[in-house]
Amino acid sequence: MSLVSIRDVRKSFGSNEVLKGVSLDIAKGDVVAIIGRSGSGKSTLLRCINGLETYQSGSIVADGIEVAGANTNLRELRRHVGMVFQQFNLFPHLTAAENVMLAPTVVNKVSKAEARATAAEVLAKVGLSEKMDAYPSELSGGQQQRVAIARSLAMRPKVLLCDEITSALDPELVNEVLRVVEQLAREGMTLILVTHEMRFARDVGTKLVFMHHGKVHEEGVPKEVFAAPRTPELQQFVGQVS
Amino acid sequence: MSYKLQFAELLPYWNVLLYGLVFTIVLTIVSTVVGIAVGTAGAAARTFGPGWLGRIVAVYVELIRNTPFIVQLFFIFFGLPALGLKLSETTAAFLAMVINLGAYSTEIIRAGIEAVPKGHIEAGLSLAMSKWEVLRHIVLNQAFRKIYPALSSQIIIVMLGSAVVSQISAEDLTYAANYVASRNFRNFEVYLLVALAYLLLAMLTRSLLRALGRVIFKAR
Repeated sequence: MSLVSIRDVRKSFGSNEVLKGVSLDIAKGDVVAIIGRSGSGKSTLLRCINGLETYQSGSIVADGIEVAGANTNLRELRRHVGMVFQQFNLFPHLTAAENVMLAPTVVNKVSKAEARATAAEVLAKVGLSEKMDAYPSELSGGQQQRVAIARSLAMRPKVLLCDEITSALDPELVNEVLRVVEQLAREGMTLILVTHEMRFARDVGTKLVFMHHGKVHEEGVPKEVFAAPRTPELQQFVGQVS
Repeated sequence: MSYKLQFAELLPYWNVLLYGLVFTIVLTIVSTVVGIAVGTAGAAARTFGPGWLGRIVAVYVELIRNTPFIVQLFFIFFGLPALGLKLSETTAAFLAMVINLGAYSTEIIRAGIEAVPKGHIEAGLSLAMSKWEVLRHIVLNQAFRKIYPALSSQIIIVMLGSAVVSQISAEDLTYAANYVASRNFRNFEVYLLVALAYLLLAMLTRSLLRALGRVIFKAR
């Protein structure tokens, strides 16, 4: 059974239909790389999965919960579906450790001490043990993004959504973030990434999704799809980005 | 022009003036604390609350911000008894001050809330926090940090504006000055002294608020 199941989802902003019937199945342990031009609907699709955006028709079931159901408890859903953003979105008034501790203490009512132990563990995982008490403004972009990843991990999500998480980084900082994501993938974390890092999508991804004009235009095993894109649109796209 | 200053003639009234000073200070502190609480609730309602509540708050804010404080005060003290709500001068003074600062601080705090990047709110929601948890733990702290100077200024304005409550015989510093002047006719001395007292109070409040701000927002 798939962990995230997307069925014929349609979404419009006003008269502009950005998702025109998207279907996708994601199994536990999948590392899904969603690629495509800007405006093709990939970020919107990702944001629909944890309910940051609503959709007009179709269905998304994540970890057994229908995202847009009438009685859906979005909080329950989001405890299992984490998200990391392009702009990091660390809370500037809190240290790295406090950023990580906030949701466990507020949402899961975990004690401060226990939350701090978790923070130490996840920050170590992203290689930032020494930066626990640093404020976001004292960290580089790459470090901030790794804290943001740790912050999501502290909630022990079953799926992690990554929305262009390296796009706002200086080129030399991209790899330190990708290494963390790669490690998560190796440990079996289910990941759905909207990304422009084609090499990463090919080497780490278990599934590649090419979105075009609000639809899944082509999908498959990354290495095969990159080696032999079937549609002219993907051929052109791959030619442009690589 | 030869006027002989005779501050000694104020001495017999020192207790009246001191009472007025304390009244003004207490009035300012209470209306600041309660007024900012009202303003925080109002701003939260306008930004995070349901639309109908936001509209009610908007009407309240516009009503207060577009009418003179003295008229609000007179309405509460002289007008409301017609509806059977008769308040003492002191209660009316406190109420008018809270309502007034509540409206202004609603606008100021709302501006602060709206200046918090939307991404921070989405990040909080994505961590399974509720809207109100996001407001409390992520938004308000940042919002207050941004608008603290503006809010400090408003507190000083309200403190100085509180002189108006003397007009309904609430016994503040200005009321005390009027009282003394009407008895010993030393208008020059008493209003000079009281003006200095307000000046000192304003400067003191400003540095106190600045120090308080440094303590509260010590981190980035």
